[in-house]
Amino acid sequence: MSLNRDQINSIAHLARLSLTEAEIPVYQDSLSKIVELVGELDAAQTAGIEPMAHPLPGVSQRLRPDVVTEKDQHELFQRNAPQVEAALYLVPKVIE
Amino acid sequence: MHHLTLAELARKLRAKEFSVTELTKSLLGRIDASQPTLNAFITVTAEAAMSQAKAADGLFAAGKAGPLTGLPLAHKDIFCTQGVKTSCGSKMLDNFVSPYDATVVEKLNAAGMVTLGKTNMDEFAMGSSNETSFYGPVKNPWDLSLVPGGSSGGSAAAVAARIAPIATATDTGGSIRQPASLCGVTGIKPTYGRVSRYGMIAFASSLDQGGLISQSAEDAAMVLQAMSGFDPRDSTSVDAPVPNYVDTLNAPLTGLRIGLIAEFFEKGLDASVEKLIRDALEVYEKLGATLVDVKLPSLPLSVPTYYVVAPAECSSNLARFDGVRYGYRAKDPKDLMDLYKRSRGEGFGAEVKRRIMTGTYVLSAGYYDAYYLKAQRVRQLINQDFKRAFAEVDVLIGPTAPDVAFAIGSKSSDPIQMYLNDIYTIGANLAGVPALSIPCGFVRDLPVGLQICGAHFAEAKLLNVAHAYQKETDWHRQIPAAYLPEKLS
Repeated sequence: MSLNRDQINSIAHLARLSLTEAEIPVYQDSLSKIVELVGELDAAQTAGIEPMAHPLPGVSQRLRPDVVTEKDQHELFQRNAPQVEAALYLVPKVIE
Repeated sequence: MHHLTLAELARKLRAKEFSVTELTKSLLGRIDASQPTLNAFITVTAEAAMSQAKAADGLFAAGKAGPLTGLPLAHKDIFCTQGVKTSCGSKMLDNFVSPYDATVVEKLNAAGMVTLGKTNMDEFAMGSSNETSFYGPVKNPWDLSLVPGGSSGGSAAAVAARIAPIATATDTGGSIRQPASLCGVTGIKPTYGRVSRYGMIAFASSLDQGGLISQSAEDAAMVLQAMSGFDPRDSTSVDAPVPNYVDTLNAPLTGLRIGLIAEFFEKGLDASVEKLIRDALEVYEKLGATLVDVKLPSLPLSVPTYYVVAPAECSSNLARFDGVRYGYRAKDPKDLMDLYKRSRGEGFGAEVKRRIMTGTYVLSAGYYDAYYLKAQRVRQLINQDFKRAFAEVDVLIGPTAPDVAFAIGSKSSDPIQMYLNDIYTIGANLAGVPALSIPCGFVRDLPVGLQICGAHFAEAKLLNVAHAYQKETDWHRQIPAAYLPEKLS
């Protein structure tokens, strides 16, 4: 199965990725090949097989009590932010 | 002192043949001298290393040194290190200074080890050649025109060139074992959940596991001991006691049952690589092991299974990079959507974008059942194959990679060819079982790796089996000519 230009653009939009004109045919080609590769799975007999989401069978994800354990370090964390004002992350205006 | 394994360095530091400061200074010199050609490091933390070294010398003087005190190591740049740039090989995190330490880093600091710096890697650990790094490819110390493998290429090259005695690494589909194989060093991927993933930048959370690249199984045993164990901060960390890996290294192999995966020897394996694998199996037979043929009929589907599961998890994990809270932000965004799209489009490299898009596609409405759920069912079949095999045998032994190191640029335009490099390693990640690679000879003057895989939490057995081979052979002691102590100081 090969993916067309529109499909690549739509996947890129869903993934929130801007693509250049030159990138579109490259991804069209390689994603089509990957889809073909994973298509080999179609032949596998999987009726009645439980999907495996965790690599250790029988182990489920642990939960912790819903209490605050971390101390407030927002100043330290916001040192990595592109734009901060009054301890708030700044982004372009969203609501006109 | 650069040809010495970690275990030997530990003995000599204890005997005061040289100080931690002298050792650290000399390794930092070798790192500097090799950086222009090898490119194994992204960040060298010379100043911090010297102060850790001084503190370690203080512990030795006070008689308070532990088994790992003063031993130098490098961390793959996927592990967060407090106050130090942690880039994950990406432009996206080029400006990221981690506010905290990964659990692995915290544990090894507490053990008194000296951090030399952060090693180069494929961007977000996605690659098998180290060519996808934003910081340029790492070169293979055995031949600078070849790739070191990936994604832990910097860690493997650094240990092979003896510019770091040991290095941390991570493995999602072969990223520890394949570069270890291509660089002629030892690499261990522990059982999923054995080593904490806290502070280890996520690629595919059900497959990622931290481990080591070292000069020997003995060295790996020493450090794995200190970095393993339960971590409440990682919700998939397993609460099980860590055995003493060093204590069982010398257990006899009499009666060991070795499984040979029939599917691995059928096609695609280089004939001279196969010969070396068969030679290694003869060594094991002499040590008292029995060879048993086993079939893992679903294993040939591991590559397509992986290329659904891993990209799906990657597209979800990498959604956090939004250009808002940390990381790269595009210039002059016209609105929020433009900020997201261009920050991600410009901040991620080609292979990372390819995997995010693959994952987005297989998880999208109408395709989820056909791809993602189907792949999870096949993953279950592969898991059952391993389970059946380990009911019959103690370990599975075979090749780590289908061939020796390849030329830089030779596979970078064809992602499928690149993905097939991990054909022998991916199965262990899908089943969550531990596996390691050790050097077992040379083909065309390039190292070849032998893969040993065990049941869940069988790390002690794997290290024992690997150490037994390393006592009989000296493949792991080979150093590339250009990096012999007298050539690079």
